[in-house]
Amino acid sequence: MNPDTLIRMANQIGTFFEAMPDREQAVKDVASHLRRTWDPRMRTQLLSTLGGAGEAKLKPLVRDAVIALRQADSA
Amino acid sequence: MNARGEIDYGTPGVPKGTQSVGAGSLCVPGTPLCRQVTVKLEIDGLAVSVPAGTSLLRAAAEAGVMVPKLCATDSLKAFGSCRLCLVEIEGRKGYPASCTTPAEAGMKVRTQSPKLAELRRNVMELYISDHPLDCLTCSANGNCELQTMAGVVGLREVRYGAGEASLGENHFTDVVRDESNPYFSFDPGKCIVCNRCVRACEEQQGTFALTISGRGFDSRVTAGQDESFMDSECVSCGACVNACPTATLMEKTIIDKGQAEHSVTTTCAYCGVGCGFRAEMQGTEVVRMVPWKDGRANEGHACVKGRFAWGYATHPDRITKPMIRAKIGDPWREVPWDDALAYAASEFRRIQARHGRNAVGAIVSSRCTNEEDYLVQKLVRTAFGNNNVDTCARVCHSPTGYGLKQTLGESAGTQTFKSVEQADVIVVIGANPSDGHPVFASRLKRRVREGAQLVVIDPREIDLVSSPHIKAAHHLKLKPGTNVAVLSAMAHVIVTEGRVDSAFVAERCEARAFAEWREFVARPANSPEALEAASGVPAADVRAAARLYAGAGNAAIYYGLGVTEHSQGSTAVIAIANLAMATGNVGREGVGVNPLRGQNNVQGSCDMGSFPHELPGYRHVSDTLTREMFERDWGVEIQPEPGLRIPNMLDAALDGSFLGLYCQGEDPAQSDPNTHHVVAALSAMECVVVQDLFLNETAKYAHVFLPGASFLEKDGTFTNAERRISRVRGVMPPLAGMADWEVTMALANALGYAMHYEHPSRIMDEIARLTPTFAGVSYDKLERAGSLQWPCNEAAPEGTPTMHVDEFVRGKGRFLITQYVPTDEKVTRRFPLLLTTGRVLSQYNVGAQTRRTANTDFYGADLLEIHPHDAEERGIRDGDRVGIESRAGSTTLPATITERVQPGVVYTTFHFPESGANVITTDNSDWATNCPEYKVTAVQVSRLSGA
Ligand code: SF4
Ligand code: SF4
Ligand code: SF4
Ligand code: FES
Repeated sequence: MNPDTLIRMANQIGTFFEAMPDREQAVKDVASHLRRTWDPRMRTQLLSTLGGAGEAKLKPLVRDAVIALRQADSA
Repeated sequence: MNARGEIDYGTPGVPKGTQSVGAGSLCVPGTPLCRQVTVKLEIDGLAVSVPAGTSLLRAAAEAGVMVPKLCATDSLKAFGSCRLCLVEIEGRKGYPASCTTPAEAGMKVRTQSPKLAELRRNVMELYISDHPLDCLTCSANGNCELQTMAGVVGLREVRYGAGEASLGENHFTDVVRDESNPYFSFDPGKCIVCNRCVRACEEQQGTFALTISGRGFDSRVTAGQDESFMDSECVSCGACVNACPTATLMEKTIIDKGQAEHSVTTTCAYCGVGCGFRAEMQGTEVVRMVPWKDGRANEGHACVKGRFAWGYATHPDRITKPMIRAKIGDPWREVPWDDALAYAASEFRRIQARHGRNAVGAIVSSRCTNEEDYLVQKLVRTAFGNNNVDTCARVCHSPTGYGLKQTLGESAGTQTFKSVEQADVIVVIGANPSDGHPVFASRLKRRVREGAQLVVIDPREIDLVSSPHIKAAHHLKLKPGTNVAVLSAMAHVIVTEGRVDSAFVAERCEARAFAEWREFVARPANSPEALEAASGVPAADVRAAARLYAGAGNAAIYYGLGVTEHSQGSTAVIAIANLAMATGNVGREGVGVNPLRGQNNVQGSCDMGSFPHELPGYRHVSDTLTREMFERDWGVEIQPEPGLRIPNMLDAALDGSFLGLYCQGEDPAQSDPNTHHVVAALSAMECVVVQDLFLNETAKYAHVFLPGASFLEKDGTFTNAERRISRVRGVMPPLAGMADWEVTMALANALGYAMHYEHPSRIMDEIARLTPTFAGVSYDKLERAGSLQWPCNEAAPEGTPTMHVDEFVRGKGRFLITQYVPTDEKVTRRFPLLLTTGRVLSQYNVGAQTRRTANTDFYGADLLEIHPHDAEERGIRDGDRVGIESRAGSTTLPATITERVQPGVVYTTFHFPESGANVITTDNSDWATNCPEYKVTAVQVSRLSGA
């Protein structure tokens, strides 16, 4: 799927949770939202932006959530 | 005219718990001061006991004593004009009208005596002396109250002709019939001036289109300012026709075909109000749809769609033979059912073999029954072996599901429709009930006429802002896309002015989440003043509306797609729930958070597990225990990962990873945003199976067409916006030989997954077995109860009218911070206007059904509403054809110039495919659910040269 679309969708989720005062919880919430509502192929593609050109386009909160997802996947 | 076989009790029943027992105290239902007071009396020697306030006419009817009557009917308040219902009361002088006399304790009433008989005969004689005596050829013959009453009172002779007319003629006989309305005719020559129609239009419908003009013998019913019905403000709800005791106001189908010989109770298949109807039949032909008096969603009322626009079911455009083709450019080929199903199955299997099992999926219809929706998601999860199933709720109310689940714990509205009768303040936001949910609008308007205050939050001046006897206390005319700003600003006022219901919050809500939310909304950045520039709503208005809402005894919020279809749709739903919790407006009658659902079964399709991440009953696919329960029952393994949503399916199609779609009763090519994108995606698929009544827009890209069945052709249930499960009953055999549930079953079998249900009731049994909120639902119980509101289980065997009564479904209510974020869809020099969309009363969504009825007489084309200022700037005159261009595409529409819309905003409906409203809408969507942002598109509008 178009990686820019996925990045945009993920950042939109990030925008909602950015307003939460507890950042650590917000990272968890973004990761959980992605895990609970995104089809695996979309998540895999989003994860693949890490380390590539797409990574810089992710909001920091979302980036941390995606990293958390990757860690959970490899655990 | 009453529906066949229904008893008319003459005056409305007294609602339960509406009698105050404390002198001068307010009656709050459910409190000790508000109890039903029963009075005991005697009628014709029978001991009768009724709630205080019941009329003698009704008390008698409930005891089986039918007092003659003409101007009374139980859907309307008593009027007391015909003097036919006279009775004698021991110890009282005279002959009071039983319809206007309340039953009192100890009364001894006589309904029959020689004197009463004489009085009644005299009354009837006067009526009949001015009535044409063409009973044998009259359309009301067999179902005429005047005729029946003449018989009941024993009228045997008529001694005089009235006025200048002679006996057997009415003095208005030469007044021409009004045939202007496509569905009913008005024949003044048969009118007895009982006023029932006028009162029905006022009390039931709330349109006030009819009056009695003239005096005495010259009195007559007039529509509008002495106009035809069609030219008046009449909205064709049919209430007056229903109320008319004679053939004066009569359905044209009855005039054409005659009276019905049997009737079947069923549920309207249009909007989320879910009105109950009696389908009146001659054999397998519908002759009339009459709103069902005992239907709890509508209590005997209806709108022009359900009441009259059912002719599409037998429209010649119906496709009744399955068809297939190898490529979308090929002509269709009619084939037997088995061949079509085998072809579809083999294509799905071929795609899965080549591209993996996740390369196919389905779209479930929010127009089909619960049982059908359940079967499609079951087919996807069993025969397809994935979770790629979604419903068109994706594009309407998915944010409701998300937002309410997160805050209150259940993805559904909190009330019954009747609850509005207890509301003191009603907030309507992003909804246009008089067009979209007309029967609910009538109930709401009645409550406002009784004194409730109304706040409308909408970019456009919808009818509710100001209509006969209705004036909103506040209309917050916000800019499209700024709901969250306005809702957060209201919360700011409530918090900073000390208007929080602290006791409720402390007892019922999570303390930490509330504290965080309170800190957030109290920030100066969330004040009405700070957000005024963004929302365009004067701060003082927001403050006043917030005070009104927070200060009410009972305040209820009703909202629609103007809330959900935004990039911040879910945030706005959460903001609404926050407001209700902060002010303690949840958990009793008269309050609550009430999504007005668009389609008849959008609630049901969501309940039935049509989302790619949830099994029936909103249980996540990752929940092992739930999955195991279904796996045991279904005998397959269920994937624990969510599948694709509709927009994801389309994206994945262009990506080459999603190539087969089973699309039941949906038309994404017309209804989904950014048509170019949808069409490209559908064209990229290798097998699209469309199951529908008509060859819709999506069928242009289909390889298999499976004929669908209308709601008149099948059994099942629909669940309306109040969580009310109502029966749909087949009245005619499926035109194509199979009901939709049978087709899905056959497709599953063709795919090699065995499904065998003898009847939809068996499917419901399975749903109940596997879904805790439906555990107590069965067809037998529905038969007894009429309808049931889920949750219906051991804890609530008769269902749950009001949710979250003592605690929230999730335990403690959870406040969530709702930061306003402007949409990406911004106005620029190139696209300086914001387009928003909506519906009209007479057409329904993509119009596939209503366009195939005479409803096109009311609204035959989509129009673009534009403010005079914007029109003038562009040299646009009323009726000009204009071009509309957005970042996604362009189309043309006729313009109508109106101040309903604000400068900078244009508005259109999307009922006609040729308008291409969705050619211009974009791919923007809600952050949480991908619900498209239909309500905000930046556009330019220009006059077409030569227009
Ligand atoms: S059809 Fe409805 S709106 Fe029209 S006059 Fe009758 S009651 Fe009023
Ligand atoms: S039109 Fe029918 S309901 Fe209306 S006043 Fe005449 S008889 Fe009564
Ligand atoms: S209000 Fe809705 S459910 Fe009721 S008749 Fe109209 S379209 Fe049907
Ligand atoms: S029915 Fe009571 S006065 Fe007409």
